[in-house]
Amino acid sequence: MSAETIIGKQSIQFREPPHIVSAASVVGKKESEGPLGRLFDQVEEDPMVGQASWEEAESALQKKAARLAMEKAGPGVPPVRYLFSGDLLGQLIATSFGVIDLKLPLFGLYGACSTIGEALMLGAMTVQGGYSEAVLALTSSHFGSAEKQFRYPLEYGGQRPLSATWTVTGSGAFVLARSGGKARITGATPGKVVDYGLKDSMNMGACMAPAACDTICTHLEDFGRQPSDYDCIVTGDLGSVGQRILLELASERGYDLEGRHQDCGMLIFDPETQDTHAGGSGCACSAVTLAAYLLPKLEKGQWKRILFVPTGALLSTVSYNEGQSVPGIAHAVVIEHC
Amino acid sequence: MNEFMEHGQEEQVQLSSEGEQKYNAYVKQVTPVHSLGTQMLKAFVTGGLICCIGQAVLNFAGRMGLDKDMAGAWCSVLLVLLSVVLTGFNIFPGIAKWGGAGALVPITGFANSVAAPAIEYQKEGQVFGIGCKIFTIAGPVILYGIFTSWLLGLAYWVLKLAGVA
Repeated sequence: MSAETIIGKQSIQFREPPHIVSAASVVGKKESEGPLGRLFDQVEEDPMVGQASWEEAESALQKKAARLAMEKAGPGVPPVRYLFSGDLLGQLIATSFGVIDLKLPLFGLYGACSTIGEALMLGAMTVQGGYSEAVLALTSSHFGSAEKQFRYPLEYGGQRPLSATWTVTGSGAFVLARSGGKARITGATPGKVVDYGLKDSMNMGACMAPAACDTICTHLEDFGRQPSDYDCIVTGDLGSVGQRILLELASERGYDLEGRHQDCGMLIFDPETQDTHAGGSGCACSAVTLAAYLLPKLEKGQWKRILFVPTGALLSTVSYNEGQSVPGIAHAVVIEHC
Repeated sequence: MNEFMEHGQEEQVQLSSEGEQKYNAYVKQVTPVHSLGTQMLKAFVTGGLICCIGQAVLNFAGRMGLDKDMAGAWCSVLLVLLSVVLTGFNIFPGIAKWGGAGALVPITGFANSVAAPAIEYQKEGQVFGIGCKIFTIAGPVILYGIFTSWLLGLAYWVLKLAGVA
């Protein structure tokens, strides 16, 4: 193992890679009917999760996922000291109200749908740096609260373009510690904001693909690796439109991702039967897919090393209405079997 | 064609305006869209059906002895009621998804655009929720509809003064 921690232009290599000791996924009914349906830990049939509003429902999902992840970590793992969490709602209200009962010091994060990547990276840095023995990385999204904030009330009739994605209802949580578990975070490449001037908020895959490409290519250059060094390079929620663009942009930069690349948004829903158009999106999309599908493959040793790249579209209704473009961001996390 | 980045600037986080135009054109080219023909046909069927219902109400009201204005009012009120009830039962979004503009252009679409925010924002209270946000979608139609009527009225008045109208 190299002694270097600072790698290349913007990457980190962990000298003592923090372990992902447990993961939890809680999802809604639609997600449970998708291709990964049977793999999730908990399914909430009630979209309101017994609460009075979409926002409170999302908070309840966070609380359930966080509790479950800490429960699954078991007594052998040191208690979680810090919490890294975020969501899509204004001023992170799903997080604030969701984690209050956990009574943990909180770092609130916003990276749009890339939030879990940011939480995992910062959590890993905190554990590797010796600032905490165990931390919790957490995020959530909810179809109802996201539609209400970014688009229209749910009962409003309209047509979604084929490039639109469907916000995943759910929450994913991960406990990171110095030891334990069968997967660990060996490296990370935090992403830059990349803006190719696209203004279509209903085509977020195309808005985020340049950011995903930039982070993935920079990561490979920083580590001196090739796509073939990974069993899988998994983006968060580019969807079918964004995937096509990413493959083309990456090939222009000399990297062939064809056959290596997967997208959580395309894994979680079946567009033919679930009417989700280009795929799933939202903070929970990549988080629950990692917890329920990707991580178990690494833990069993079916995969040795993956590059997990959650993607985020950095827009608000204000920036959109004021005519600004939709910039993207993507964070890359290297997760290896151990 | 798809070289958006300028030579030697491979890690650009923003493009030149020319590059942005190229990227926009490329994205347009690779993004699938709904078939216009099918959409128009579905809109025609949906819109046609709604108008048939309206016509039936009008004819019935006429036969009941109502004059043209009253019959028209009953027609609008009943279509609005139908749309609001279907919105409440979450059936209207399905109709609009299938029928597109066919469901949205008639008065049913307008009713849905008022009822939907009322349901969604009810949780934020009677004043700041329903009160402030009920017209978030229909607001522009109301404002510019009234403004245009006022402009036309003004023009009519001027023409009348000039002895033209």
